[in-house]
Order: sequence, then C-alpha cells, then structure tokens
Amino acid sequence: MIDTLEKPDVQLTQEEKQLKRVLIICSKGKLEDVYAALVMANGALMEGIEAKMFFTFFGLEAITKKGADHLHTATVGNPAFMPAMPTLLAGLPGFEAFASFMMKKEMDKLDMPHVTEFFEMIEAGGGEIFACKLAADMFHLKKEDMLPQVKDIITVGDMYALAAGDRTQIIFI
Amino acid sequence: MIMETLLTPTLELDKEGYLKNPAQWTPELARDFAAKANLVLTDKHFEVLNWLRAKHAEGVPLTIRKVGASGIVDIKKFYELFPGGPLKVSSKIAGIPKPASCI
Repeated sequence: MIDTLEKPDVQLTQEEKQLKRVLIICSKGKLEDVYAALVMANGALMEGIEAKMFFTFFGLEAITKKGADHLHTATVGNPAFMPAMPTLLAGLPGFEAFASFMMKKEMDKLDMPHVTEFFEMIEAGGGEIFACKLAADMFHLKKEDMLPQVKDIITVGDMYALAAGDRTQIIFI
Repeated sequence: MIMETLLTPTLELDKEGYLKNPAQWTPELARDFAAKANLVLTDKHFEVLNWLRAKHAEGVPLTIRKVGASGIVDIKKFYELFPGGPLKVSSKIAGIPKPASCI
C-alpha cells in the first residue's frame, strides 16, 4: 500500500506560497468525471484552498435536481472499464445502469457521499458552484431546475473573473 | 507561558509537527498547538477534539463527512472552528496523526 502520510518532497522558497484558489470546470456528466471534480474541489477546501466550480455542457446534468444523484458511468467507449467486456454486450439494455449501480456500491464502501451530499459539503466548506449560461440556455435549464447550492448562472467572462488573482489554478474536466 | 509544553524535550513530533504519541496529549498542549495556528480554543473546540481523539482511539479513519455526522458540529461549523483545512488543523491540535483521507 502506498504511504499517503509522507509529505511530498516539495520545498517552497520564501517567495513561493501555497495555492490560494482553484477553479474547477466540469464539462462532462459521467459519474467518474463529476466525482473527479467534486473530490478535487472538496479536497482543495480541506487544504484551506478556496474552491469554485463551474459546470458546463453535459456537466450541467450533475447540478440538476433530477440528474444529480442518477449519474451513470459509460460502459461503451470506455476501454478501461472491464477491458474483457465486448462492446456489444456492454451496450445491452440495462447494462450501464447495472454497472453504475455497482460502482456506486463500491463508492459507498469508501464512505464517499452521493453527489447532492457532496455539493452540500462543498458549500458548507465555503466552496461556490456556478452554471454556464450558454449551456443552460442550450439545454433549456433554469435556476429552479438546479440544486440549491448553485449560486448563479454565469457567462464565460464571469467564470474567468472567478479565477482572478495570482496563485489560482484552473482545472478542466 | 504559551508554547512551554511544546518545548518539552520528551514530546515527539513528526516532521510536519503532528504529535507522534497521542497519549502525550494534554488540554494545555492543545492550547499551545492552537496558539501556533492563531486559534483560541473554546469548549466547542474541545468537544470536537475529544470526539476526534475517541474515534482515533477506536481506529476509525476520520473524514470531514464523519465529523459532520458526529452530532457535535455540522461541516460548516467545523470549517469555522478550525479555518484553513479543518481536519488537518484539528487533528494536529487533538494530538492524533495527520488524516489520510481524500474526502
């Protein structure tokens, strides 16, 4: 097992400081992509780093009231998922739902929260969640369709304003 | 007298400043650790610290989510009590090892 307790061997010089803020853009709506965004945003807050999240395109599904807790993983077009599984079988009706169910079960074992609870945790930690205006218009989504943690529907320009200041990093998923 | 307990020669800290032996912890030591993090501990802080220490003694891996479900503080309050990375900051003050959790 990897020893996660060892401090990574990074020495900051006097001029260098720890990250101040991250902006995590989530453009995908697959379970694993959304979780990657959530874990990184929450992980930043846990380290005392500010976290902003911006959901666009299919990523919007993760912040809708209807979709948030019903995200799926892709069983087709995903070669790392059960490599021995023939694509044709992986595409059978119900298979994707079954695979997603199994994945969520494994996540439960690791005490990983569901998507909506994760958003509650991120909000409680001071993180901010935004939706993309262009994509929301395209998918005919309004603020009332979205989770209560979504602070606002904003333009791409507003999104860049979230990442203002030095010691900020933008992460795109 | 702040920091006096931190200078006790028998106190063993790891290279990140976490107490190696949780049994050496005392409330005074907690106050000194807190002072180093610019915090003044209240009764609520100690409730959280005692809970963390009890769970650590039981061998439960600690996460922010578990603290939020503890019934002592919610997650928002936990961030307020221990700003700048609550689980790490509180673990250090509670004299238990650095948490190895990603959630």
